[in-house]
Amino acid sequence: MTIQDIYEETYTALSANKVRSSLTMLGIVIGISSVIAMISIGQGAQGSIQSSIQSLGSNLIMVTPGAQRTPGVAVSTGRGTAQSLTMDDANAIASSVSGVLSVASEVSGRQQVTARGTNTNTTVLGTNASYSTVRNVNTADGSFITDAQSSSLARVAVLGPTTASDLFGSSTEPVGQTITIKGMQFDVIGVLQSKGGSGFGNRDDMVIIPIADAQKFLTGNQYVTTIDIAAVSSDVMTQVQADVTSLLLDRHKISDPTLADFSTINQSDIVSAASSVVNTFTILLGSVAGISLLVGGIGIMNMMLTTVTERTKEIGLRKAIGAKKKDISTQFLAEAVTLTFLGGLIGILLGAGVAYAFSYFGIIQTQISIYPILLAFGVSAGIGIIFGYYPAKRAASLNPIEALRYE
Amino acid sequence: MIEIKNVKKVYKTGNVEFEALHGVSFKVEDGEFVAIMGPSGSGKSTLMHIIGALDTPTSGQYFLDGKDVSKLTDEELADIRRQKIGFVFQSFNLLPRTTVLRNVMLPLIYAGIPHEQRRPLAEKALLAAGFDETHFEHKSNELSGGQIQRVAIARALVNDPVLILADEPTGNLDTKTGDIVLGTFQRLNKEHGRTIILITHEPDVAEYADRIVFIRDGDIVSDSKTHKKKIVHPQK
Repeated sequence: MTIQDIYEETYTALSANKVRSSLTMLGIVIGISSVIAMISIGQGAQGSIQSSIQSLGSNLIMVTPGAQRTPGVAVSTGRGTAQSLTMDDANAIASSVSGVLSVASEVSGRQQVTARGTNTNTTVLGTNASYSTVRNVNTADGSFITDAQSSSLARVAVLGPTTASDLFGSSTEPVGQTITIKGMQFDVIGVLQSKGGSGFGNRDDMVIIPIADAQKFLTGNQYVTTIDIAAVSSDVMTQVQADVTSLLLDRHKISDPTLADFSTINQSDIVSAASSVVNTFTILLGSVAGISLLVGGIGIMNMMLTTVTERTKEIGLRKAIGAKKKDISTQFLAEAVTLTFLGGLIGILLGAGVAYAFSYFGIIQTQISIYPILLAFGVSAGIGIIFGYYPAKRAASLNPIEALRYE
Repeated sequence: MIEIKNVKKVYKTGNVEFEALHGVSFKVEDGEFVAIMGPSGSGKSTLMHIIGALDTPTSGQYFLDGKDVSKLTDEELADIRRQKIGFVFQSFNLLPRTTVLRNVMLPLIYAGIPHEQRRPLAEKALLAAGFDETHFEHKSNELSGGQIQRVAIARALVNDPVLILADEPTGNLDTKTGDIVLGTFQRLNKEHGRTIILITHEPDVAEYADRIVFIRDGDIVSDSKTHKKKIVHPQK
């Protein structure tokens, strides 16, 4: 039998029972399309999480105070509560650690902010000029705090876009207006570009003021709540993190690193932690989809076994007119593989369509990559061979005399 | 030429042995039209399977076209069937929902005949079997019983076999259509010189052949020229 003969026989056999063939294929279509859609959604989610973490700043290392400890008593008030980091620490890092691009200090707290009849409760962040470089923020309107303003006690503020619209609405231009925090007036000198995101850690909802003001009027001390460090490249991040840790241990006169009164977080740690969560979900969704693929494969085998029984007489005839075992098994295997192959093809199109629809309607940004498509194609062809093999073998081994007599 | 020498066939079911053929011998010359007749259980089906190379004898020899096929494997038997034998079955066994031409071309696929040669061969066989040209593209389920059996005969002819083996070819047909089919065999035998072996349990049907081999309980009880051969005259 030539390839063309096998193709023609397969086409005739499958089109002789179109409804059954398409229902059998449906199992594979659903299996493959869900695998493709799930993996695309998973990869898309991973991509969007990575890019939103990247938008917090590039090559970022954050130093936060450790837990407050009372000497001798093991009472911990939780991480970040201790007052152990100062502007001097930040300056020391900037001047003596190599590979550091820029350092910004932060002092933050929630305050009631008022402006001409409106008010809102938001994060007030005291920082210096390098914050805009370190955390990748730019102003949409006006300008950011300068070094001179952050070290003097200039009463200026930069608003996040959400805060700006909460306080001034869309009709008033915020730059040039004044806002009041804890009874002190600040001139609005800029509005930030939107970063997206919502809920906790929404970086669009905040007021940025010079760090000296924040320390003097809001916290009343010289401590900082976070030191943000931008490394020059991602390659030196580990080195910078280690150098910063040893510098601060030295400055705080702590010899045992496990007792450090601060902690450092590397941005790539956050990315990999978030990625591993998404990965787990992708694997979970993918394996659920994989199970449906397996069920589809069993459906193929079931249909092929029924077909073999139903076509026993036909097999007997084919053998009587000289078909060899190989001819019969090739034919039945070709039918199974064709079903899974077509099912796989339709499944890929459908899965890609679903993934595209998810992106199109803005539910989640999906990424359709070639790898899951190749995998799905291979798996569907493999399923056809594995689940088609047994029925094909059974068909080929039928005794022609008994097969012809079969009613 | 077909020569069967002292062929025995024993079936085993568990510990029970049953001898279906007790050493049968006979010859069929090229161009003969022979009927093998016997009641059910006589062993004629067993003999048909051996002649048709669907099965091998337990002992004895079977020469088909000068070749001993009594000791061949299943795959070698398939080769013999493909090259030398054309089958016509009682229940026709056409592929359902498939055109007449494709049905007739089926043996050519397994014989490895190139694609472009198949159609002319199939058309020639259909015409030889007396099948109407206008129905070539009809599906097998759109045909009458007589037409179906002619397609089956054409399928048996298409490979130019040494032997046409017809197993109760009129069993599912009414007398009139049966006559037409038997007339087709007579014509193929007379005009095309085909060797035909007809297996039947009906004496009426056997009388269309030139010679009747009568088998009963696994033995040939008579083997003679047909006393009063029935002839189907071509219809106008």
